[in-house]
Amino acid sequence: MNSKHNTAHNTALPDAEILIDQLVKKIRAESDKRFALVGIHTGGVWLAERLHQMLNISYPLGTLSISFYRDDFDKIGLHAQVKPTDIPFAVDGAHILLVDDVLQTGRTIRAAINALFDYGRPASISLAVLVDRGDRELPICAQYIGTELNLPKERTIVLDRGDGHFSLGLEKKNDIESVEEGRRE
Amino acid sequence: MIHRNPQLDKNRALQHLLTTEGLPASILVQILDTAESFVGVTEREVKKVPLLRGKSIFNLFFEPSTRTRTTFEIAAKRLSADVINLNVGASSQTKGETLLDTVDNLSAMYADMFVVRHAQSGAAHLIAKHVQPGVHVINAGDGRHAHPTQALLDMFTIRRYKHEFHNLRVAIIGDILHSRVARSQVHALTTLGVPEVRVIAPKTLLPSKVERLGVHVYHDMNSGLKDVDVLMMLRLQNERMQGAHLPSSEEYFKYYGLTPEKLSIAKSDAIVLHPGPMNRGVEIDSAVADGSQSVILPQVTFGIAVRMAVMSILAGHQV
Repeated sequence: MNSKHNTAHNTALPDAEILIDQLVKKIRAESDKRFALVGIHTGGVWLAERLHQMLNISYPLGTLSISFYRDDFDKIGLHAQVKPTDIPFAVDGAHILLVDDVLQTGRTIRAAINALFDYGRPASISLAVLVDRGDRELPICAQYIGTELNLPKERTIVLDRGDGHFSLGLEKKNDIESVEEGRRE
Repeated sequence: MIHRNPQLDKNRALQHLLTTEGLPASILVQILDTAESFVGVTEREVKKVPLLRGKSIFNLFFEPSTRTRTTFEIAAKRLSADVINLNVGASSQTKGETLLDTVDNLSAMYADMFVVRHAQSGAAHLIAKHVQPGVHVINAGDGRHAHPTQALLDMFTIRRYKHEFHNLRVAIIGDILHSRVARSQVHALTTLGVPEVRVIAPKTLLPSKVERLGVHVYHDMNSGLKDVDVLMMLRLQNERMQGAHLPSSEEYFKYYGLTPEKLSIAKSDAIVLHPGPMNRGVEIDSAVADGSQSVILPQVTFGIAVRMAVMSILAGHQV
């Protein structure tokens, strides 16, 4: 599956399951580090659960909610459903692999890094994402990428998990509010 | 004239927390759910999140209180807010004007939130009506009227141990007459769907027509505690009692004090709550307070998480 700069509209989106396989291959190829996985709610957690299983990670899986570290609290307040953060391993000295479904502006990752540093001092943090759609607003990049996609600005790409099977879909962004919600919790 | 709940804005979002009365279940549950996440924060190494960084929270305590003020201060600081404590001694002649002048002065210093405790019922409401949009008020106890954050942390505690509200028998025991906590608890319990709320107290410590709140009244612990799942103890308010409501605190303990024997009348897995501070040997026996069914210390921990939740929800309110 050609993954370089596809302009995807609807059915032209790549198969998420194939992307996940590719992502796992890339991580395995470079894993001199013993990674501890931390998934970012909600899509990143689903993805991290799958990666945790496929990569046979020995550390228990961490889940992270960035609600308390977002930079837009004054604009949109607190999300009604705050998912819990659970980091069941020592962050001090760990090589953490942050996992999220979509990377765009980089603000979610900035928040996640700040959150992780409140738990301790990691030896390193790397980032794995299924889809990098560009439009960075901060100097953030992913070390492991499933695919790069060029998407229309008014569309949000979402990762769906139905019966354990992953798929990608596009949704319409209406206004500022849904732009923020499109940035998954 | 449409009588709107001053706590809710026109979109029914919470903009002040003044009383549990009249708040929809969805708002109460929102606070409890948000508090769940904050429990995690208080349990880790770095107990702070940057959510309210740069916000100024003023504790306006017109009634002395170290513990409640301290928990609000801890909650605000764990949200990275700046906290200013004002212990304004309440003169018996405190007029509405003076109160509002104080608030105006502080507002001119760009206060974002006021946490108010006052000896007069309605003080927090008065302040809430007076402040600019975007400034939020939390009632930390007004007269005998309300103490919503205490009731909320009690609800959180009950939910933690009992999981559901709709199948519980809850008994509130003690000085209901002088208790703003009890009133807030009753409203919260009934809104959250507790089917049977009981009050157990001597007649002299019950407000007249208390049944109007939808509670079942008992004057006797032996009948009142039967099949109860949750016991909510109230402190005997010595400082509030004027005139003889009771012969003595020993007499009170004999009939209404919670001893292990009386506790055994309730369900074997019943939990015991107390807002604190406890009068050991008056309303509660040490054996119960320190026993396995007591959740009094967890209440304190949860109280911080609940107050963090309230402050966050209010601070995130969109004008």
